[in-house]
Amino acid sequence: MIGAKRILPAIAVIALIVGAWWAIVIVTHSVVFPTPWQVVTGTVELIRDGTLWQHIGASLFRVGTGFGLAVIVAVPLGLWMGWVKGAYLTLNPLFQMLRPISPIAWIPIAILWFGVGDMSPIFLIFISSVFPMVVQTVAGVHTIEKRYLRAAANFGVSRSTLFRQVVIPAVLPQIIVGMRIGLGVAWLVVVAAEMIALRSGLGYLIIDSRNAGNRYDLVVAGMIIIGLIGLLLDGLMRLLEGLKVVRWRYAH
Amino acid sequence: MPTRDMPNRDVASRISVDGIGKSFTTEQGTLHVLDRISFEVADGDIVAIVGPSGCGKSTLMNIVAGFDRPDRGVVRIDGVAQSKPSSRGILISQAGSVFPWLTVQQNLMFGLSGHDHGDKQRLADHYAEMVGLKGFESRYPHELSGGMLKRAELARALVVKPEILYMDEPFSALDALLHLRMRNELLRILEQERHTVLLITHDVEEAIHVANRVIVLSSRPTTIQASFEVPFAHPRKLSSAPVQELRAAILRELGVDSYST
Repeated sequence: MIGAKRILPAIAVIALIVGAWWAIVIVTHSVVFPTPWQVVTGTVELIRDGTLWQHIGASLFRVGTGFGLAVIVAVPLGLWMGWVKGAYLTLNPLFQMLRPISPIAWIPIAILWFGVGDMSPIFLIFISSVFPMVVQTVAGVHTIEKRYLRAAANFGVSRSTLFRQVVIPAVLPQIIVGMRIGLGVAWLVVVAAEMIALRSGLGYLIIDSRNAGNRYDLVVAGMIIIGLIGLLLDGLMRLLEGLKVVRWRYAH
Repeated sequence: MPTRDMPNRDVASRISVDGIGKSFTTEQGTLHVLDRISFEVADGDIVAIVGPSGCGKSTLMNIVAGFDRPDRGVVRIDGVAQSKPSSRGILISQAGSVFPWLTVQQNLMFGLSGHDHGDKQRLADHYAEMVGLKGFESRYPHELSGGMLKRAELARALVVKPEILYMDEPFSALDALLHLRMRNELLRILEQERHTVLLITHDVEEAIHVANRVIVLSSRPTTIQASFEVPFAHPRKLSSAPVQELRAAILRELGVDSYST
């Protein structure tokens, strides 16, 4: 439950910024930078001709695919690296080296390997979100409290029971944290990837609006929509934290 | 009178601890923790081990339960050398290890293998009821109080019908009243089901309340300093004169003047 008192300050700050923005545009007589109202009318225009949904759909599809593949790879890989010391010692240095490379740096390679199409941004999203999720999952395995592993050893359960009922549920909260970080990065990267490589998506909308006649109202509209969808995606990931099987980690 | 507890392989014992030694290497050098510890625990016996803090009681327990290897000596369970933990002896420790991501019922069913799901559920429900957790089977541990958590842990151990319960300060985290109540619960359960119990405690009163025999450890390097039989029938009246005399004698072994405590 969010009371009006809790969201009031945030709304006030946003209103203040919008007001200041509007005032500055009027005072400076800017012909290029839009007023908030022009952004609203620009957005309505995009909704009316149906292109907004196409752009949002294209971006969500790429993020969904790239991020989904990253989850499928990162979670088992992270569990394996966390559990098997040899795997960790072998792969961790490589991942620690790849991790700080900005996904933007992969763009030329993505174009070289996958050309201009959906595959390039999907690859970039995959690359950018897979590492944080591997790292979080490994850390999750490494921080399982010893007393739980000892209890499992004491009862002499099978390896499959150990993984299904101890290791995976113990790491699940960390996996969800990793997924939140991963999805955040993925959404961040989709825009950059689309600015360069593609003819659809919110990133494309922004760069195309600028190139095709300085439509800065649509540039700002694109930015705001990206922010709102990012907020929504994070909210969805937060819902996972409320699942009964992970609530133990957050409830005290 | 305190008597030396000598290993005796002629008597069939459930647990036979024979000449256990253990040292740890630290930055300050080698720390001799356990020095030739030997004792026997017969089937159905309840033996408490008391000793000054830091004397290696938990180290000893970990070795006996198979979680740690001794440098010297051997632990035999029913005559067979103990090399790893098994569900024949379940460890219940102070920190507790009820899985927070499983419900009470799932925790109780955890150690049961080779049963079909319905049997597991029936067994889990039976033991949940035995420890007073009926109606809480679908709760998660974070929804339980400290005392209920201990009950869940005890039930999870009992459900696999272990011959031995290794209890390492099991109720120390509970307040005094709850501590007393859990001891009574344990005694009630041990009347219904036969288990051999090895109990580690720093609480002499707890030792006398529960055990048939109390082994007193010295400070490091730790040896067995004395062993006391506790010849009182249950329920024991802790305030009675013979019980208080025994308590004073054990405390004297621990170097504590009982009149000042």
